[in-house]
Amino acid sequence: MKVAISINNLYKEYKLGVIGRGTLYRDLQSWWALKKGKEDPNSLIGHSDAGKYLQKNKKSNHLALDNINLDINEGEVIGIIGANGAGKSTLLKILSRVTSPTKGQINIKGKISSLLEVGTGFHPELTGRENIFLNGAINGMSKKEISGKLNDIVNFAGVEKFLDTPVKRYSSGMHVRLGFAVAAHLEPDILIVDEVLAVGDADFQKRAIKKMKDVSSNNGRTVIFVSHNMESIRKLCSRVIVMGNGKIIYDGITEDSINEYIGGLAQLSRTYKNVKWDNIKDAPGGDIVRLKSVSILDEKNNFRDKFKLDENIIVECDFEVLKDGFQVSSIFSFGFYSSKTFQWSGEFYLLDDYKDKEWGKQKSFKPGIYKSKLILPKNILNEGIYGVSIDIFLPPSLPDTSFQARIKNVIYFEIIDDIENFGARGSFPGDWQQGNENSYLIRPVTNFETKKTENINKG
Amino acid sequence: MKKQNNLDKWDTVISPKRDLIYFNFREIFKYRDLIFLFIKRDFVTFYKQTILGPLWYIIQPLINAIVFTIIFGNLAKIPTEGVPPFIFYLAGNIIWGYFAICLNSTSNTFVRNSDIFGKVYFPRITIPISNIFIGMLQFFIQFIVFVCFLIYFYFSGSSINIDFTLIFIPLLLFQVAITGLGFGLMISSLTSKYRDLTFVMSFGVQLWMYATPIVYPLSLVSEKYRILFCLNPMTSVVESFRYIFFKESVIKLEYIFISIFISILVLILGMIFFNKTEKSFLDTV
Repeated sequence: MKVAISINNLYKEYKLGVIGRGTLYRDLQSWWALKKGKEDPNSLIGHSDAGKYLQKNKKSNHLALDNINLDINEGEVIGIIGANGAGKSTLLKILSRVTSPTKGQINIKGKISSLLEVGTGFHPELTGRENIFLNGAINGMSKKEISGKLNDIVNFAGVEKFLDTPVKRYSSGMHVRLGFAVAAHLEPDILIVDEVLAVGDADFQKRAIKKMKDVSSNNGRTVIFVSHNMESIRKLCSRVIVMGNGKIIYDGITEDSINEYIGGLAQLSRTYKNVKWDNIKDAPGGDIVRLKSVSILDEKNNFRDKFKLDENIIVECDFEVLKDGFQVSSIFSFGFYSSKTFQWSGEFYLLDDYKDKEWGKQKSFKPGIYKSKLILPKNILNEGIYGVSIDIFLPPSLPDTSFQARIKNVIYFEIIDDIENFGARGSFPGDWQQGNENSYLIRPVTNFETKKTENINKG
Repeated sequence: MKKQNNLDKWDTVISPKRDLIYFNFREIFKYRDLIFLFIKRDFVTFYKQTILGPLWYIIQPLINAIVFTIIFGNLAKIPTEGVPPFIFYLAGNIIWGYFAICLNSTSNTFVRNSDIFGKVYFPRITIPISNIFIGMLQFFIQFIVFVCFLIYFYFSGSSINIDFTLIFIPLLLFQVAITGLGFGLMISSLTSKYRDLTFVMSFGVQLWMYATPIVYPLSLVSEKYRILFCLNPMTSVVESFRYIFFKESVIKLEYIFISIFISILVLILGMIFFNKTEKSFLDTV
């Protein structure tokens, strides 16, 4: 197999505290302060430590990429996953040559372009046709190539009638379609897709994903795909890189990498017991409802993140109602990650006591602070990690159309089975969770007895 | 198989740029269509939604020349070496106009294009290069008008001599382009970090014009300061440009060489600045 991209010992360093001062005056001010041994008034970090730190250790640099070595083969569809700040976007920026590395080298074979940079450099005064040429040329196409594809591009975007109209008269949808059409016809050898940059609507994203699939499966092109969505990663990629703190943590086939990543996530999740938003302005929510806190508690009202199978788990969400005149209801959903594979293996959701009232007939909520409290009964759920998502909405509309707050996996808890004599297990020593992609969400304690029903006389 | 890999050539190598000056002519040639489209874009959009359209290219230097004729010629009575003041000022104006457009548009390169630069790679130098060609187009339009007036004054008996020196005009334009480009590249690099310079630029070009013999001939400057004036590369350019048509100038060959030397130096410095900024621009903006 031929190598399409070879990354060797790549580093990218950002200097902390010296970015974007903007004016000469401030540069001089910082320089003077440092010289006199005071803190830098313009330091990015904004704490007094920063100045001292700068002084003591002049290398107050942040390594966004820390010795990356990677070979990507031709025709490979490779996914890159990792938490925010892991260095994914920096790597893509260097690959697309928007910024340059501090150390190291990347060798690339073939033309490289990013799919979702749509409409970059469109000039509002120019016509659709002129912009197609300009945008194509910015992306490295020659005039001849663009002329050859003009018809395809125009048909794909569906702007035949407006080809000679200035782009400023286009609707925003047409604008995006035209940009995407140009991007889709670049025919690069290597395609870079950053999910973060995909700002279009759902339909547009679907088309982008479809285009990516076409590119990789029909034309055998190399695709680099950055995403937080494990499902799209699973669908598209054959190999996945996990990044963390600027390093490659794991490199392997998709499932293994995702397990590695989620495993790390699970590790992280164990530090959560209680999530609070002190400032109402920053809290998730809308004009009517804002969240205040989410916590996981045991029956004695202690914050907990680990539970045995035979303990009740209490999930609480405090929220503030800011405006009168609405009915408010909460949904808690639980995403389940198997304790063996750390894979997302299912989900369920529950609706608050609104279910007891007639739909849409509840009294409206007065402004104030409310608490939604859910008790997950013991001896029902199986061992594993559960990510709690909160959805607060305004009945009688359904959650999807009226949600005020909707946050995914805001808090985690873990149910553990320490193989003692309790629950459905008793003293049975075997495994209760599979090691493969199947996993079991429930392990209820039931009435399940075995009795002798009939005597059979022998002989 | 392994051997084959080694034989394959890479199309792109990304590494930290360490060269002081980086100018990949092949790559720029590859992007020539882009340069052409930038020129077209800026030329076409310049006069969209204006009443007079491309006429603006002509109106500006004409009005300037008229104002100068009234103020400096008639009121201040600054001598113009026997050349009719109007054509004297027009000549200075159009060549200075070309310099100003090169300088102004190049100096905005990073700030004006930061959002494209942040998203897609193409040789950044294509933008300043296209600016120089746009300036050139503007100059040609103005030059045609200038020639018309030249013919008029010729037939009305003014001393206008045109000879083989005309062939130096392209060279002068070239010098203006590299000087404007060089200073522009320097300023564009500095403004990407320090926005203060944008304010300085707006009146700086104006002041610079008065430091250049546009509204007065170099002969007005006393002999011992002339060499100082010639450290400004535009002095020799403006004087030479007028000499081509009017044959009246105190410019000396050594002044011209000093100015060419400075222009080249400025271009090299500009390229160094630009190259340095280009690689880290996105991290500082």
